[in-house]
Amino acid sequence: MPLFLNEDQQMLHDSAAEFMKGEAPVAHLREFRDKQCKDGFSHALWKQFSEMGFTGILIGEEEGGLGLGHVEAGVVLEEVGRNLTPSPFLTTAVAGVEALNAGGKPLRERYFPGILSGDTVLALAVDEGPKHRPDQISMAATREGNGFKLDGKKQFVVQGGSADMLIVAARTSGSVGDDKGLTLFAVDANAQGLSKDSARLVDSAMAAHMQFDGVLVDADAVIGEVDEGDAVLRRLLNAGRSGAAAETLGVGAGAMDITVDYIKGRSQFGTLIGSFQALQHRISHLYSEMEIARATVLKAQQMLDEGSSKAEMMVSVAKAKAGKATALSVKEGVQMHGGVGMTDEYDIGLYMKRDRALQEFMGDVNYHTNLVAEMHGY
Amino acid sequence: MSDLETFRSETAAWLEANCPPEMRQPMVDESDACWGGRNATFKPGQKEWLDIMAAKGWTVPDWPKEYGGGGLSRAEAKILGQEMARLKCRSPLSSFGIWMLGPALLHFGTEEQKKHFLPPIARGEIRWCQGYSEPGSGSDLASLQTSAVDQGDHFLVNGQKIWTSYADKADWIFCLTRTDKNEKHKGITFMLFDMASEGVSTKPIVLISGQSAFCETFFDDVKVPKEYGEGVSSVVYEVNKGWDVAKYLLGHERSMISGGGSEGSTSLGAKFADQYGRDEMGRLDDPMLRAQMAEMDIDVLAFRAMAERFGDTFKAGLCHPAQPNMMKYAGTEINKRRHELIMSAGGSEVLEWESEASNGGLTARGWLRTKANSIEGGTSEVMLNVVSKQILHLPGA
Ligand SMILES: Cc1cc2nc3c(=O)[nH]c(=O)nc-3n(C[C@H](O)[C@H](O)[C@H](O)COP(=O)(O)OP(=O)(O)OC[C@H]3O[C@@H](n4cnc5c(N)ncnc54)[C@H](O)[C@@H]3O)c2cc1C
Ligand SMILES: Cc1cc2nc3c(=O)[nH]c(=O)nc-3n(C[C@H](O)[C@H](O)[C@H](O)COP(=O)(O)OP(=O)(O)OC[C@H]3O[C@@H](n4cnc5c(N)ncnc54)[C@H](O)[C@@H]3O)c2cc1C
Repeated sequence: MPLFLNEDQQMLHDSAAEFMKGEAPVAHLREFRDKQCKDGFSHALWKQFSEMGFTGILIGEEEGGLGLGHVEAGVVLEEVGRNLTPSPFLTTAVAGVEALNAGGKPLRERYFPGILSGDTVLALAVDEGPKHRPDQISMAATREGNGFKLDGKKQFVVQGGSADMLIVAARTSGSVGDDKGLTLFAVDANAQGLSKDSARLVDSAMAAHMQFDGVLVDADAVIGEVDEGDAVLRRLLNAGRSGAAAETLGVGAGAMDITVDYIKGRSQFGTLIGSFQALQHRISHLYSEMEIARATVLKAQQMLDEGSSKAEMMVSVAKAKAGKATALSVKEGVQMHGGVGMTDEYDIGLYMKRDRALQEFMGDVNYHTNLVAEMHGY
Repeated sequence: MSDLETFRSETAAWLEANCPPEMRQPMVDESDACWGGRNATFKPGQKEWLDIMAAKGWTVPDWPKEYGGGGLSRAEAKILGQEMARLKCRSPLSSFGIWMLGPALLHFGTEEQKKHFLPPIARGEIRWCQGYSEPGSGSDLASLQTSAVDQGDHFLVNGQKIWTSYADKADWIFCLTRTDKNEKHKGITFMLFDMASEGVSTKPIVLISGQSAFCETFFDDVKVPKEYGEGVSSVVYEVNKGWDVAKYLLGHERSMISGGGSEGSTSLGAKFADQYGRDEMGRLDDPMLRAQMAEMDIDVLAFRAMAERFGDTFKAGLCHPAQPNMMKYAGTEINKRRHELIMSAGGSEVLEWESEASNGGLTARGWLRTKANSIEGGTSEVMLNVVSKQILHLPGA
């Protein structure tokens, strides 16, 4: 398979680009930020995502979706990133759907129709502290009646306050750090004993701190098998990380484009600042980093879609590489804008904020760099 | 099975059956590469491997069959490359003819020139060198002064080239000459001639690696015929239009040099962990070195994806024409960093310069050699200038 978008993927790209630019450009983010929206995103826009077919990208055709893959999900996410579009797309339609795809039919039948119609929002309750440490999950799920009782806390659950269902990773046996003994649950957001406290993040997204005090779930809330949640979690994380890498790429590419435009228009010392070699070399280096990140992200997505045994490695490479390139893009972007780069009026600062949040989502550069070393046996 | 899967299994079987065992050993240094040519010296297995691959057209798998190539599609050529890598088969032939002149002739050459010059390149019979740089013309290549004066049936060439890689070993040269002193870019001609011609002399230059891969090359009243037999012109494209050919060729040269960025194994970390020890978690017990190794592995794997994408988009005509400049910049900078890391991981051991244990200072010499990567074929700074101007369209660049 050549490492560029095929014709259908290119068409999807064109329509996603046009849609995001038309319906949810940076001005849309500003609007929701300024009215202090409690969800941090627009439910009406989520409906439009559904009308465009985006919410069904990873849902099988026989279940009413498009039956496409991670490449296609990434195509949409890159445009989400480029426009800083706030939406539950990554958590719900990408990582959430993939977790459900790893489970049984009843749960899919319960949740897919609402996702397809743009009514249902999912959130991923995996992390328990300020850094992504899925191997350190300690929330307890103990057997109770024909189901389980959940106790513990989850933190920084993106859109956790607006979700209808939470995918919760908890320990049903073993101890912290064991591969076996994790189980994933589909938990109703209104469950008794669940309290949520939402906080606005630097990028205006909402994240919830959640306390589970004896939250009861039925046995049919288990996604996949009891104690075998590792496989489901992996699938969720692979989708979420490669998706986040694609969104990050869009943020970096968007920031680079506006910066290139800016230095072509701003004059100092009687000439356009874009003619100074000190800036040219740095932004050309950035271009090179962004191109490499783009190839890496697409490679990881293709490998996931092919079911390659090395896909997980490439997903970590992609999350790290896109993270580094985009961090460079937003930093150079603000710097090359000079004083106006520091103002709320200019968009470049918003790109910097979104990048910071995406860096932390499902593992930052250091986290994935460490994983790459482990996967290489050192 | 799809056609491509069949091609893969047949190719693998053929390689297994035909690649000499010596040619499946890792290359130790540059001298293990087979360069062919009139005065070629072969190590065991090299000639056999070259001849059998050339007979299949697989020294140049994607060139058309009528010029000695394999006529493979991009997808097939990719599979051949993957299978050769998997089975650890060496490349049968290293050649400036393949990497640089060939693509330029395929694009700009006449039918007669292609028929005359390409098959001996594919078979490794004629070894070429590149006469571009001059003492006063490096990055500003188009200021070159070596003159070629029209004398009716031949050109009279006078001047000096420098940094001509392997000029002392090459059979022929593709050379940029000045045919119009009143023009800069539009006064350059791209010509081909025999290094055995009267008036050509070379003088090797010793590099910081202690090796001497390149030369000063002098032209003293060299007569370059206008034709080599019927219809085979010594000038590629047209007189005074050599800059177009030169630039096109540089694109291929830069893509080739960028390849260093995706070479190199990502198993160095495990190797050094075995060598220097592991902590109780099994990790390389120097945490800073471990972190740098992992960053390097990420950059190498990422650049490999970039190289694949570049190759695919290039073949499909979807790649920006100036993209080879970005590739060269990125690939050579990664390769240099990789060798810095190898040196720092190796410690004092890799400082040995002559000992047998160090294979004659192989690691240190290799490290020094990579410093040229971001100079040869156009410097990193020049690559960034080209990206600024041609890809990002920045002002006044
Ligand atoms: C928080 C804050 C507080 C400030 N407070 C004050 C204050 O109290 N009083 C006051 O007078 N000013 C103040 N300033 C203004 C500050 O001094 C200017 O922002 C600064 O001098 C840069 O000018 P500029 O913003 O016009 O950027 P520009 O000059 O337009 O620069 C844009 C980019 O081009 C680069 N560039 C420009 N020229 C060259 C060149 N020749 N070669 C290479 N690169 C070049 C710059 O480095 C920068 O990256 C403040 C700025 C900020 C952000
Ligand atoms: C190992 C090796 C093999 C080579 N093989 C060949 C060969 O086979 N045939 C051949 O013809 N040539 C060959 N070369 C020559 C090579 O192409 C030149 O060395 C190269 O083009 C740089 O020219 P220069 O050495 O004159 O450096 P200069 O052009 O003098 O550059 C010196 C420094 O100034 C910087 N600089 C120059 N112009 C600018 C600018 N506009 N903006 C910013 N910085 C600038 C450069 O980047 C560099 O860092 C080889 C070189 C090496 C090292």
